[in-house]
Amino acid sequence: MKPMFSPAEIRKDFPIFSKVMRGGNRLVYLDSGATSQKPFQVLDAERNFYEQNNAAVHRGAHLLAEEASIAYEGARQVLADFLNAELDEVIFTKSATESINAIAYSFGNTAPGSRFALKPGDRIVVSELEHHANLIPWQQLAKRTGTELVWFSIDAEGRLDQSNLNELINASTKVVAITHQSNVLGTIIPLDEIVKRAHSVGAVVVLDACQSAPHFAIDVKALDIDFLAFSGHKALGPTGVGILWGRSEYLNEMEPFLTGGSMIESVTMTEAKWAPSPKRFEAGVPNMAQAVGFAAAISYLNNLGMDNVAKHEKDLTAYALNKFKQLDKVKLIGPKDNVDRGSVISFTIEGIHPHDVGQVLDQYGVAVRTGHHCAWPLMRKLGLVGTTRASFYVYNDEADVDALVDSVLQAQKYFKV
Amino acid sequence: MELDSLYQEVILDHYKHPLNKKLQSDFTAQVHHVNPSCGDEITLNVNISAGIVKSVSWDGVGCSISQASTSIASDLMIGKSLDEALKIVDSFSDLMSSKGTMVGNEEILEDGVALAGVSKFPARIKCALLGWMAFKDAAIQSSKN
Ligand SMILES: Cc1ncc(COP(=O)(O)O)c(C=O)c1O
Repeated sequence: MKPMFSPAEIRKDFPIFSKVMRGGNRLVYLDSGATSQKPFQVLDAERNFYEQNNAAVHRGAHLLAEEASIAYEGARQVLADFLNAELDEVIFTKSATESINAIAYSFGNTAPGSRFALKPGDRIVVSELEHHANLIPWQQLAKRTGTELVWFSIDAEGRLDQSNLNELINASTKVVAITHQSNVLGTIIPLDEIVKRAHSVGAVVVLDACQSAPHFAIDVKALDIDFLAFSGHKALGPTGVGILWGRSEYLNEMEPFLTGGSMIESVTMTEAKWAPSPKRFEAGVPNMAQAVGFAAAISYLNNLGMDNVAKHEKDLTAYALNKFKQLDKVKLIGPKDNVDRGSVISFTIEGIHPHDVGQVLDQYGVAVRTGHHCAWPLMRKLGLVGTTRASFYVYNDEADVDALVDSVLQAQKYFKV
Repeated sequence: MELDSLYQEVILDHYKHPLNKKLQSDFTAQVHHVNPSCGDEITLNVNISAGIVKSVSWDGVGCSISQASTSIASDLMIGKSLDEALKIVDSFSDLMSSKGTMVGNEEILEDGVALAGVSKFPARIKCALLGWMAFKDAAIQSSKN
């Protein structure tokens, strides 16, 4: 195992941490759940691509086109290794949102008779923890195809209730789409039983790994899932690039979501034949520089060691949970013990609306997310209008948690609660 | 502190003791407005008869800015003619889009000028406008009914 890294050293790689925030404060960035900051290694990789290799990939017979293709395919290899996946199974999209929509639309476009075709009487299973990005595409697909949408409930702490697993995932179930880690509560979902049950009834499992892949090691073979989505920008990478991973035997049977250049094997005026994966799902000139930047981000994480990343975040979460439990009139929303739980702390303060909490914290340079976190049904279930959420990453340390706690106390003082 | 320009004492007072925050049943129009980015929601009833705003009442959940602002708006509108009321809404909208360059006309906006500081915080302008836009919508619907 690699030696543990120091967050203070890491921050030196991130230009944004030299910015002076409101009130003359340093930046205490606790919103990596929304998007992470970027090290100069990522910024340099993108710049270097534009300065040295820029050309449309997989086209043209010139040197730059060759170099661009090598850089782009090299990025794919980095992502494949990161997920323990095969090269042809890794598709670059613009985001996790696009990845999930690509799967949902592909299933919806499938000819009757295909194993992915959905019809009335079939069932799609999600959970109450889903981000809108892993709910609405399935909700709308269910509407279009007359399929039934059902969901796992959560308990009071925000853990998934798997007690009715066998009834929820029944013989009619075609798709189980579930988040790996809740972006609001930090709950990590144990997948073993879900995957086993889904496969035993012939359903595929789609994993929303947006909040897991950036934070701990993912092995798609060990998880035995069928599809996975995540976004580069939450994993130290650039915006505008995400991953869709799927088993190649499935991808090569599926209808493409977007059609156009690059994704075909042959075309006439009336017909087109699809290329095999990954090209099948990469219509048009892709986000090349972003893919290269994404790979640089993954290399950065690999250098730290994903086990170190996970341990660092777990320790920091333990520290924060302990601090928060001592605060008066502050309620932790989500699992209170540090088991199967990621580095996200959601909380409410009695008498202060989350939006106002966020505003006071901002005055102290503390950047958090407030509101419903794109998980409105979850908020309704919890009976909340919103929460304040702090999420941690590799550049955060105990001093950041202390700054958060201090600013929470200031908010209580300011609003006299 | 910069925060004090946002959270004036008047605003915190309205937040803790909101005016007209109890829906009246004799309305001529009812609207429900939501701010999808933060989840603030209000239901607002108006009674506008013979061109006069007879009552404005509301209920909802939201941050201090949206609650205080709706309280202030409701108090201002009651008793005004519809034309006057809509002019006040426009005046408040102008203030909100002023990026901190206007202080607001106290004769027209009364307590509403306390919200002038909001215009320097782009993320909060929608909070401040929620109740005013709901009123405008209700007023238009009421005149159609
Ligand atoms: C759990 C989860 N799923 C999906 C998404 C959507 O990611 P993106 O907006 O990058 O497509 C997010 C991002 O907020 C998320 O947290």
